[in-house]
Amino acid sequence: MAKRIDVSDLDIFYGAFKAVEGVNVSIEPRSVTALIGPSGCGKSTFLRSLNRMHEVIPGARVEGKVVIDGQDLYGSDVDPVDVRRQIGMVFQRPNPFPTMSIYDNVVAGVRLNAKKMKKSDLDDLVESSLQGANLWNEVKDRLSRPGSGLSGGQQQRLCIARAIAVQPEVLLMDEPCSALDPISTLAIEDLMTELKDRFTIVIVTHNMQQAARVSEQTGFFNLNGVGQPGRLIEFNPTEKIFSNPDQKATEDYISGRFG
Amino acid sequence: MSTSTPPRPDIAPPPLEEAVRSHKQLPRFGGSGLFAGGVVLGGLLSALTGFSWALLVVYGVVLGTLAVYVGSRAVEGKRKATDRLVTCLVVSAFGIAMVPLVSLAYTVISRGAARFDATFFSNSMVGVVGEGGGAYHAIMGTVIITALAAVISVPIGLLTAIYLVEYGTGRLKKAITFLVDVMTGIPSIVAGLFAYALFALFFGPGVRLGVGGAVALSVLMIPVVVRSSEEVLKLVPNELREAAYALGVPKWRTILKVVVPTAIAGLGTSVTLAVARVIGETAPLLVIVGITAATNFDPFDGRMATLPVYAYYQLTQPGVPPQFGIDRAWTAALVLIILVMALNVVARLISRFFAPKTSR
Repeated sequence: MAKRIDVSDLDIFYGAFKAVEGVNVSIEPRSVTALIGPSGCGKSTFLRSLNRMHEVIPGARVEGKVVIDGQDLYGSDVDPVDVRRQIGMVFQRPNPFPTMSIYDNVVAGVRLNAKKMKKSDLDDLVESSLQGANLWNEVKDRLSRPGSGLSGGQQQRLCIARAIAVQPEVLLMDEPCSALDPISTLAIEDLMTELKDRFTIVIVTHNMQQAARVSEQTGFFNLNGVGQPGRLIEFNPTEKIFSNPDQKATEDYISGRFG
Repeated sequence: MSTSTPPRPDIAPPPLEEAVRSHKQLPRFGGSGLFAGGVVLGGLLSALTGFSWALLVVYGVVLGTLAVYVGSRAVEGKRKATDRLVTCLVVSAFGIAMVPLVSLAYTVISRGAARFDATFFSNSMVGVVGEGGGAYHAIMGTVIITALAAVISVPIGLLTAIYLVEYGTGRLKKAITFLVDVMTGIPSIVAGLFAYALFALFFGPGVRLGVGGAVALSVLMIPVVVRSSEEVLKLVPNELREAAYALGVPKWRTILKVVVPTAIAGLGTSVTLAVARVIGETAPLLVIVGITAATNFDPFDGRMATLPVYAYYQLTQPGVPPQFGIDRAWTAALVLIILVMALNVVARLISRFFAPKTSR
């Protein structure tokens, strides 16, 4: 299922403003890739461009190529809806659908796409997805309760279960732990380690320890100044980034001598 | 650099004694007592200058407020006194706002109660010149015409609101918003004349049709539905839309299955309140629907009676002796108020039962 992502010469714009410039990177399948960097440097923008969520914002557009297994995501014949079915996303703030129960939240991707499935298949899907998100034991007795009644960490894992229930090939995570306590964070990090056997995972994080713990590859984004576009400064194996980075800017950032 | 800073004399705290003294308070109910004293003074003053209730209230409120302020200023200090002064002003404003409401409710209930009986709800005005008669035909007419108006304006209004919030960009959106705002300000008689002119084109002059009334009411109702639904749809967090898009859900299905269900409570409320807003309209119905003494359930065939127009005619042409007609007019007004209140209660129930549940 997991697929390789090749990005070449990617420029990302908000209207006339160039937010990210000249990204060239290739993201390995079945691994966790972390993106770090200061606020406003374009990490999230880059992440959202990988499943065409970027263009949801009015005036936003992209130049360059994002290729997944030989298919250009921004080709003229590609439907963004199909892209998003293959590439799931987990957001910074947990956002379960408030009108739906826990059960309905997990199968939302299936139901909302009007796929017909047998009740027993749906039940299996809910159980496997919730187990995949490490949430099954906590909620199996109250699947019909509203999803918004869970705690923040549980809600975030519910959102992960919802994302993996549609069987995507890539999972994008935009600071998934920034609103969570350390214990929920640990649960989600363990989850990422399990999930990377099946998915390609890209995670944006402000927590450098987290990047060091969970990822195989790390990319460092930076910008030269306010109003300048963000750039991918360095992309290397995580161990190398945190021990012996190629670029001075990377070393300054991770050692706290930034700016 | 030394870390200690010399004490600055200008912001030195007041001595302890003074701080404690400034916490002196009027006794409990002291404020109300002072106010009552002021009101009694005001009563005496108005008795001296020729007694009237209006003067008593004006003198009483002004003197009461003054008494509270001065008393509090003397005992509690400036800040507390200002607090009490503003409290008095706010409560007086509330009282003034309540006067017309209570007076209206009292008048309508006391005068409308005389004919609030079974006959009123079961009889029409066929063959009635004096005593008796009812508003069965008018109640049914109001319900039918208002329901028809809702059937016309709810789809148009909701779809317009969805367009404005989810799809609209640039000039078209601005133009629609502007036109909706203009529509909000259309006088109701103009809406009636519009409907009359429209139907006169097809059926010739002198046309009277229930459906024409529904069209006129829609003109008044659509902007209300659009504006309030737009506000409700804007409240749906963008994160929910993005969550649905990220699952590969097309936009139209996101709107249908995520945005609208999340906002359903507010949408129901906005529609109900829009109905309540137009149910009492008189002028357009007077022009295009007219009045009749008989019961007519068919809005596509001739005149219909409606409660507001019924009340108007019972009051202006009460017959001989006039008392019976006037009584019927008041009861019609009472029924109308009860209908509007019931709709508001329904709106509250909708927003309570359909609101997203967060209980654990």
